[in-house]
Amino acid sequence: MKKIMLGNEAVARGAYEAGVRFVSSYPGTPSTEITESTVQYKEIYCEWAPNEKVAAEAAIGASIAGGRALSCCKHVGLNVMADPVFTVSYTGVNGGLVFAVADDPGMHSSQNEQDSRHYAEAAKILMLEPSDSQECKEFTRRAYELSEQFDTPVFLRLSTRVSHSQSTVELLDRAGDEIKDYSKNIPKYVMMPAMAIRRHVVVEERMKALREFAETTDLNTVEDNGAKIGVITSGISYMYAKEALGDRVNFLKLGMAFPMPEKLIRDFCAKCEQVFVVEELDPVIENHVKALGISVSGKDVFTLLGEYTPAMIRKAVFNEESASHYVQETEIPNRPPVLCPGCPHRATFYVLKKLGLTVSGDIGCYTLGAAAPLQSVDTTICMGASVSAAHGMTKIRGTEFNKKLVSVIGDSTFIHSGITGLIDIVYNKGANTVIILDNSITGMTGHQDNPATGKTIYGEETKAVDLVLLAKAVGIERVVVCDPFDVKKFEEVVREETAADEPSVIIAQRPCALLKYVKYEGHCKVNEETCRKCKMCMRIGCPAITWKDGAVKIDLSLCNGCGLCMNVCPFVAIEKEA
Amino acid sequence: MSTKNIMITGVGGQGTLLAVRILAHIVQEQGYDVKVSEVHGMSQRGGSVVTYLKYGDKVYSPIIGLGEADTILSFEKLEALRCLPYLKEGGEIIVNDQEIDPMPVITGAMEYPKDIEETLRAYAKVRLVKAGELAVEAGNTRTANVVLLGAMAAAGSIPKETWISALKDTVPERFLEVNLKAFDLGYAAAEA
Repeated sequence: MKKIMLGNEAVARGAYEAGVRFVSSYPGTPSTEITESTVQYKEIYCEWAPNEKVAAEAAIGASIAGGRALSCCKHVGLNVMADPVFTVSYTGVNGGLVFAVADDPGMHSSQNEQDSRHYAEAAKILMLEPSDSQECKEFTRRAYELSEQFDTPVFLRLSTRVSHSQSTVELLDRAGDEIKDYSKNIPKYVMMPAMAIRRHVVVEERMKALREFAETTDLNTVEDNGAKIGVITSGISYMYAKEALGDRVNFLKLGMAFPMPEKLIRDFCAKCEQVFVVEELDPVIENHVKALGISVSGKDVFTLLGEYTPAMIRKAVFNEESASHYVQETEIPNRPPVLCPGCPHRATFYVLKKLGLTVSGDIGCYTLGAAAPLQSVDTTICMGASVSAAHGMTKIRGTEFNKKLVSVIGDSTFIHSGITGLIDIVYNKGANTVIILDNSITGMTGHQDNPATGKTIYGEETKAVDLVLLAKAVGIERVVVCDPFDVKKFEEVVREETAADEPSVIIAQRPCALLKYVKYEGHCKVNEETCRKCKMCMRIGCPAITWKDGAVKIDLSLCNGCGLCMNVCPFVAIEKEA
Repeated sequence: MSTKNIMITGVGGQGTLLAVRILAHIVQEQGYDVKVSEVHGMSQRGGSVVTYLKYGDKVYSPIIGLGEADTILSFEKLEALRCLPYLKEGGEIIVNDQEIDPMPVITGAMEYPKDIEETLRAYAKVRLVKAGELAVEAGNTRTANVVLLGAMAAAGSIPKETWISALKDTVPERFLEVNLKAFDLGYAAAEA
């Protein structure tokens, strides 16, 4: 049977067919839909973990216990996951173990553009790289066979265009889901120095075997078109290069991104007069080929930045330009992402901007609080850094600065890695104010439940982490819960808590406007008679409020009736309309 | 068959994804190789959203380059203009007659271009559809995306019945009637 699937859905299907029993992940674009799609397969147990490290460790446990296991993350999630990953490379597996990691060239939804292939080399872990949905499914299935055959965890490297493209997949039945025996094996699974020293030897032997395997596996394919030019490529870049260059070049497509073959590459290059390496982001393949003493073109003609296109490749290899018959002559307004109409974060940032506070930001929808016109956020580094970085800022700039400083972090992000920063503040006698933007969901990645929502990935009721009690338990005595849409009250609370000489937590509580149960009555409308055109309502940066023909207008097709504009209008000139 | 390239563009939240999934379902049922490239995550939050759909005997790249699109289906006028450089010479644009101000216009940093329709018509065959009004007529403002799909169907060569059966396969039962009506209104508007 054939079905059209997202790359991510195909990875989930591959996991199902491979007999996977356990999936634990933290959401992260562009990887999220893998885990969301595994939920449909009753044979697989799935969960959202508090962060990627916990998810990977849970998957490692499942593997040691004898079940095939999967953990998925985005490229920066792999940084969080790295600690257990490097050591499970030493222990190896019992049930097959795969880490699916999705890079984001072009940074559609990320804070950096790191290339996760470096992790494969650094952690000495086999890495496969599919280039369409069929390969996503097939390579996932193969990854489990290889994991058990070579006693190694396996990376499956994806990228945004592979994860979020749909193409046809041939479906197979599920096989190999029996749970393997578990027996205590201290030399293999207890990584203290005496054992780890021996396991490192095993890792190097495994690497040798994998390098030999890379020479002959059908995961690496040669397409000999009898051409003078050769192209070495992998992943989505293969698809771009194939479309751009067709049969005019020979291809070596590396389905196995690590380790890479030597003889196969030498033989391929020997038959070509000129060889190009086509790979997005870093010159990983290029450096490998050059280390073999082979001269190739790579980053001398291709960029290190962003995504590639077929046109770019055609230009670099054959110097052929693609033409467009219309060229944009005047600059047209761009359309950056914005906080949605009705977003609770808008109210929070409106107040923080009004008070002129320095805002230590974090990762989530609320990072958009840095965009015009709110421009409230000062820093965004990674998940959790809003809390810990603010602590460092205060220690350098002192008490007065601290009274004009807050951290903002979402509920899911706080549980992911904000808690430890908060402990740092309490333990080291800080007096920071941390605002937890509790919108009752993991918003940016598309509404996943988390430990604070009281629901599992299956939508079943479970214990919810009580953020108030949690903050109190780590030693915060000033904990205030406040609705940011009550703008006056919220402003008062922020003033009080930032002025205090001890640490505080404000829980800004209002659910995401996109949640199904969030319904506001009617729409907001400007009363043109009472409106004084002060444009105060436009300062909140609501996409539904515009200035047209000398008046403030609210677009009914965008307004969800949240009423925040009514709360900030000093002349009561905005009314509710049914 | 050589590859057909369709770009579907709009503003995050307008429902472009549903439209493209229905279209993908149809071309796959017709036996073509099909690839769709979607946008998820931060870019979805009220920003420009571009989805590519390509079908033919064999499709490699899921993305469409400058001057390569046969058809652009745009849910918003400015977004149609933004994608115009991607249109093939002789290509067609089906565009919703809706203007949504982007943030640089809201903050007053830039103006919303005034002559979009004329520019589009100078370079392409244009079908302008009042999808918002027709969606209201169908009975639900949220069916504007299906109105546009109807317009798209009228512009293309795939039989109307195929579209209707695809809608029946993809739209939940309780929303089916209003969506079929929206589709019909869009179809009729584009034929006219």
